[in-house]
Amino acid sequence: MRAIWIAVFTAGLAACSSSPTEQAPAGVEDRTSGTAKPDTTSTTPIAKVDVTGTGITGQDPAVKTGVLAQRSIFYDLDQYDIKDQYKPLVEAHARYLRDNPGRKMLVQGNTDERGSREYNISLGQKRSEGVKKMLLLLGAREDQVESVSLGEEKPRSEGHDETAWSQNRRSDVLYQGEY
Amino acid sequence: MRKLFAAFLFCFATAAAAQLSIEVTGAGAQRIPIAIAPFAGEGALAQGISAIVRADLERSGLFRPLEVPVANPPLTEASGVNYAEWRTRQADALVQGSVAARPDGRFEVRFKLFDIVKGADLSGVAYTMSRQQARTTAHRIADFVYEKLTGEKGVFSTRIAYVVKRGNRFELQIADADGAGEETALASFEPIISPAWSPDGRRLAYVSFENKKPVVYVHSLADGKRQVAANFKGSNSAPAWAPDGSRLAVSLSRDGGSQIFSVSPDGSNVRRLTQSAGIDTEPVFSPDGQTLYFTSDRGGSAQIYRMPAGGGEAQRVTFDGTYNVSPRISPDGRLLAFIARNGGKFQVATMDLANRQTQILTDSDKDESPSFAPNGRMILLATVNGGRGVLSAVSSDGRIKQRLSLSAGDVREPAWGPYIK
Repeated sequence: MRAIWIAVFTAGLAACSSSPTEQAPAGVEDRTSGTAKPDTTSTTPIAKVDVTGTGITGQDPAVKTGVLAQRSIFYDLDQYDIKDQYKPLVEAHARYLRDNPGRKMLVQGNTDERGSREYNISLGQKRSEGVKKMLLLLGAREDQVESVSLGEEKPRSEGHDETAWSQNRRSDVLYQGEY
Repeated sequence: MRKLFAAFLFCFATAAAAQLSIEVTGAGAQRIPIAIAPFAGEGALAQGISAIVRADLERSGLFRPLEVPVANPPLTEASGVNYAEWRTRQADALVQGSVAARPDGRFEVRFKLFDIVKGADLSGVAYTMSRQQARTTAHRIADFVYEKLTGEKGVFSTRIAYVVKRGNRFELQIADADGAGEETALASFEPIISPAWSPDGRRLAYVSFENKKPVVYVHSLADGKRQVAANFKGSNSAPAWAPDGSRLAVSLSRDGGSQIFSVSPDGSNVRRLTQSAGIDTEPVFSPDGQTLYFTSDRGGSAQIYRMPAGGGEAQRVTFDGTYNVSPRISPDGRLLAFIARNGGKFQVATMDLANRQTQILTDSDKDESPSFAPNGRMILLATVNGGRGVLSAVSSDGRIKQRLSLSAGDVREPAWGPYIK
């Protein structure tokens, strides 16, 4: 079982530390327990991992208070630009990144559930890159910010109406250690 | 870092508790009436053989299985055929067979197919199999009958992949084309999307969010080994295999925006194929490997384009409406299937690539992820029914419709696998 943890952990580390155009190693996870062989009825013992209530360790308390505690930017339908009301939020995070060059951030773009999942990945990417661009303009460095997309896959609201969709058209900013 | 453990992944085989069941909601106009006699001795097998063959053929929408009276002694492949009698029962074709236990614990299954109209023996096959291979053998018999009587290859012994979401748990599953015998290839607490079968059916490429962002993996089904095919800074998604299996087309945002790249399955040989200011994603190869179809917003709305597979000038393919996405090409290269937005509805449509004639195939409104059967006859898709994700299939001429439902959970992201060699 330990080998699995190491593999997962290592893959995670590799993902976190990848530089702009460098690909994380094409590692092969050797999980001898799993097979897709027909007619296998034995089940692998599954180690129960409790990830509820995990505290964020080594976090700067500053990012948990005031405007830095605000982490979400919402969008109108088919919109990708940052609305005026969210500009102070982005400015505050840009300032923090500029003043703390060792800190890193992940910007996750999200969309509502309508349309193709893959196309929504691209639309969410457009949102997160808009946030990253503004952060860089305001003093953050390229190597501090990664913009990615979760498309429609991680809705904050599970509903199927405009109220839910407006919650899901969103960019979230997370500091390293929070994701 | 501890949160990474939430993405803990594991593989295992599941009990057949949540099997997909398939309901045919439309059928071809002229179904072939066929009699499939119970196979002599098939009681030795839990599910027998003939019932599976009958269900396969009926589900295709091209056959109408007839009631077969109990015969004593039971009919076998060696029994004589009274053609006149079967004609009065209005059967066009007849299958007779038998199952015999061998001393080594295995079984011998034999059958013959008869053309009642012509009064001809269309030959048959004998299989030696283990008890566990009964379903596979029945699917192969159904494929044989289907091909002899329709002239096209059957797909009953192929497999499908799809993703099931139950609560916060995602499972990538593989099942027979009839939804039975499902097994879980990957389980995760983060989403899994866009499974794509390698041309040899041994590997699946897909997008997993286990690292809190989309990363493309290539997963070997026999041993569960996984390779990272694309994990660059930004988002990595939309894998599509080249027909020779040598490389994948993917959509990457590493240079900014979503652009199409070519990459080897082990993550090497990365090459950018599109150079647009907008979104380029959902690449798919034509069956001859010469052309890439993809979705782009370069013209101001989401439309389908095509370009040479090595990159180059793109031509727009779809023009009606403002949202045409998720292109797939039929195995014969003639038909483009895609998702079109009409009003607020997302529906599966096809375009005849020779004359650009477009047809909407479904009357549902949240269709996604179309996938051609390897013989091109049916298109598998994800849709929503009663608030739940379900799989459905429609014939590429729109006449036959099937619904595949799972007893629990949301089902999405189907991909129909290739012929098993």
